[in-house]
Amino acid sequence: MARAIYIHWPFCLAKCPYCDFNSHVRESVDIGLWERSLLADMRYEAELAGGEKLHSIFFGGGTPSLMPPALVARLLEEAEQLWGFAPGLEITLEANPSSVEAANFTSLANAGINRLSLGIQSLDDQVLRFLGRLHDAREGLAALDIAQKQFRRVSFDLIYARPGQTADIWEKELAQALSFGTEHLSLYQLTIEPGTRFATDVRQSKFTPLDDDPAADLFTLTREMTAAAGLPAYEISNHAKPGEESRHNLTYWRYQDYCGIGPGAHGRRGNKATQRHRKPENWLSAVERNSHGTQTESDLTAPEQASEALLMGLRLAEGVDLKALSKRFGIAQENLIIASRKILYSELGFVRMEGERLIVTDKGMPVLDALLGELVPAELVVS
Amino acid sequence: MTELSLIRNFSIIAHIDHGKSTLADRLIQVTGGMTERELKEQVLDNMDIERERGITIKAQTVRLDYTASDGKTYELNLMDTPGHVDFAYEVSRSLAACEGALLVVDAAQGVEAQTLANVYQSIEHDHEIVPVINKIDLPAAEPEKVKAEIEEVIGLDASDAVMTSAKSGIGIEEVLEAIVQRIPPPQGDRDKPLKAMLVDSWYDPYLGVVILVRVMDGVMKKGQQIKFMQGGTVHLVDRVGCMRPKIEQLPELGPGEIGFITAQIKEVEQAKVGDTITLAKGGATEALPGYKEVQSVVFCGLFPVDAADFEKLRESIGKLRLNDASFTFEMENSAALGFGFRCGFLGLLHLEIIQERLTREYDLDLITTAPSVVYRLTMTDGSTQELHNPADMPDPVKIDTMEEPWIKATIYTPDEHLGSILKLCQDRRGIQLDLTYVGGRAQVVYELPLNEVVFDFYDRLKSISRGYASFDYEQIGLREGDLVMMNILVNNEPVDALSMVVHRSQADPRGRALCERLKDLIPRHMFKIPIQAAIGAKVIARETISAMRKDVTAKCYGGDISRKKKLLEKQKEGKKRMREYGNVSIPQEAFIAALRMGDE
Ligand SMILES: Nc1nc2c(ncn2[C@@H]2O[C@H](COP(=O)(O)OP(=O)(O)OP(=O)(O)O)[C@@H](O)[C@H]2O)c(=O)[nH]1
Ligand code: SF4
Ligand SMILES: [Mg+2]
Repeated sequence: MARAIYIHWPFCLAKCPYCDFNSHVRESVDIGLWERSLLADMRYEAELAGGEKLHSIFFGGGTPSLMPPALVARLLEEAEQLWGFAPGLEITLEANPSSVEAANFTSLANAGINRLSLGIQSLDDQVLRFLGRLHDAREGLAALDIAQKQFRRVSFDLIYARPGQTADIWEKELAQALSFGTEHLSLYQLTIEPGTRFATDVRQSKFTPLDDDPAADLFTLTREMTAAAGLPAYEISNHAKPGEESRHNLTYWRYQDYCGIGPGAHGRRGNKATQRHRKPENWLSAVERNSHGTQTESDLTAPEQASEALLMGLRLAEGVDLKALSKRFGIAQENLIIASRKILYSELGFVRMEGERLIVTDKGMPVLDALLGELVPAELVVS
Repeated sequence: MTELSLIRNFSIIAHIDHGKSTLADRLIQVTGGMTERELKEQVLDNMDIERERGITIKAQTVRLDYTASDGKTYELNLMDTPGHVDFAYEVSRSLAACEGALLVVDAAQGVEAQTLANVYQSIEHDHEIVPVINKIDLPAAEPEKVKAEIEEVIGLDASDAVMTSAKSGIGIEEVLEAIVQRIPPPQGDRDKPLKAMLVDSWYDPYLGVVILVRVMDGVMKKGQQIKFMQGGTVHLVDRVGCMRPKIEQLPELGPGEIGFITAQIKEVEQAKVGDTITLAKGGATEALPGYKEVQSVVFCGLFPVDAADFEKLRESIGKLRLNDASFTFEMENSAALGFGFRCGFLGLLHLEIIQERLTREYDLDLITTAPSVVYRLTMTDGSTQELHNPADMPDPVKIDTMEEPWIKATIYTPDEHLGSILKLCQDRRGIQLDLTYVGGRAQVVYELPLNEVVFDFYDRLKSISRGYASFDYEQIGLREGDLVMMNILVNNEPVDALSMVVHRSQADPRGRALCERLKDLIPRHMFKIPIQAAIGAKVIARETISAMRKDVTAKCYGGDISRKKKLLEKQKEGKKRMREYGNVSIPQEAFIAALRMGDE
């Protein structure tokens, strides 16, 4: 039973050079067709994973702030009919902070969006140009201002650990970001993803990514500053006032079910992993053919699910309840985490136990991937 | 059977790459042993590795029929022998089967160390030696200078040396005529009891073990009950024949002839090179001279990268051994590498070849531990023992003395590289015996401890002389040495696969080099890793790998779970190829690369 749905809108005005999301640039989009198709895809999921009221809905992309507010409204109306809305339902939409989009914020709020996640990315014009963004700093701040007036909850994204970025520069930028008083911030280190333009640039030595050591220093600085400002990290890159965490994203990290509809959307439904066709056109024709856009639906074994739960859950400051996990997947605790490693890395200060919860410490977070490789037994991961 | 006077048995001796195999090809081609189409390049090099590396590993033989200018048709038996020192014993048996030799010298390179070593061996066998100056087509060829060198260095009359270009087919008829006219026919008595030398043996999937023989006296026939005098076993001959180079069955092999037999033998091990074959009943009583048990000179451990492949390794080694009885193996259990085998080899090239064949023909990923030689320990209680594996080193206080094998090395080099070569030998504890100049070349003779040579001496020699120096050696026995066991500790834990016996004077530089190398080879971990070289409790070198600071996926939402899991899967797969010491994962490449101390 899913209590969270994710809706993917795959279109952007331009492709950002660092972006490896399922985003596409198209001259025109047939809104009527997309509406029918998204509704069909949604109904299909509701049939399989309905029955409980929704606690969160997330419009991601791509750039969902380019969706006509009427389409957003129509989708929400359908979701309410299919699942019903739990009290306090969180409805988030990702938005880019251009003036055109900001003009839509009021209608989006009226359509039912109650949380906005703004892709500000930087407060510096030069950096925004480097990141290939279509807005400048002034426009970004203006959009933030409107958003804070229109939505009860607002978060925004920044990208840091950029080439040549010093602790001084980041400290100033982050301090300014914290001064706006949003109750949530997503602060991502720039990573060079395969297949992006940045990957090509790096290969051709057009720029050099920041080294791991200074990046690790910036990571620590970020955690210190946000904590001091009352927005501690509750996940690797996410910071919130206690109680203002993204409920939808917590669903992923706590490894609960969610429906994913629209191109490229992933979902977890019981022991099934679902994935929709990535390319918008392929997804459309799949929906036309089958009344849903699913490309693959595969069974996950209990060990696979347990490893997913661990690699998601340990990203959270709250960690993972090993006893609960063991019960949920019927796997003995000693087979979830290699006991000798747990002892070793506790001694070294990378993890700690709090009751039944295994928690990655401040020292462990910046090397979480390596840590997972050490802690999670091969039997859970390698088939 | 061929009349003795019409038989010529000869080998071709040459330094590596001087064109021995190519010349053999030409001889086969000209005498019609193979049609042009059948003649792949270097037909006698059968193994994939031989063709790829262009070197001869197993001795090969071929029978040629040649109608000479005197109108008579001769049976020529040609042996293409390996050129590398590791196989010196096989070479010596091949030489013992012949009455003469073609001495092939590269017209551009001139006489090299191996030329010398082999030619002296050939002279010891009372061979008639026909100098052949090959590669005269090369622009750098200086045949007159090479002739002078042959006379001066070897003391052979080179005035009627044959000039050839094996590659372009020049001088081949002349070589054949020289063989017939200058090499004496074999001797032997058909009426004496059978006496034949086992020159070589190998495993053929269709025929079983095939044995190459040279009949000295008597006749070899199908149906005979034969006896191996050293091996002590009796077998029934079921095939007799020769190679042309394809197999041709014959009714019999008479005295003086070289050919093959099969006798329902299952393992090459039973057919020992150099053994004397006679009849089970009424055979000869005296064996042929010169037989030696093959002895492993270099040892190393071979372990599967993936511990699960151990059974496969066991099976593969067993199969390979069917084909090559000259390496030994016994099971070994290493603290961190798990189960594997301690293997003994004739030398470093032999080690590399076996390792490569296992990897290639049997599709195995292997970790090879540091090669080591055999030490003899005399204990304080007066007993002695052999040490094949540094990991088995007893408590030093119980050891009275340690002896190590020494070699006599002959190095031949253009004299501009002499300085650096002398320094290399000196650094490796060498003792100079002799230094002579011939023209622009120098010949140095050194006594060297074998353990200084097994690592990378040959590679170093090649690199400092830009490939021009050549090297040959013979073993000269054991000598006492101030030897110590050096351990490598990673994160304070000894890595058994990297421990080695070194001379005290070499411990510091070698320890330092190994630590530095490992520092580059072991990836950063979440914690600082000290790497130390130690003798007993005393640390003689140290390096530190700093801790990894960042390794985390910045963004990870619902859609990324599968991707992230793939990453973790890969990470885990990668770990399978690593070994754990003191919580540190060491990639298998590190073991191999750490021991390749080339840039020391
Ligand atoms: N230019 C030229 N090259 C030659 C001649 N004869 C042989 N070669 C080349 O020299 C290289 C070595 O020849 P091989 O016949 O494999 O030498 P080898 O003496 O059998 O070498 P090992 O078996 O390793 O001892 C090959 O690349 C041949 O093509 C020649 O007459 N002229
Ligand atoms: S706007 Fe967002 S989704 Fe679109 S290309 Fe840029 S980063 Fe990617
Ligand atoms: Mg050859």
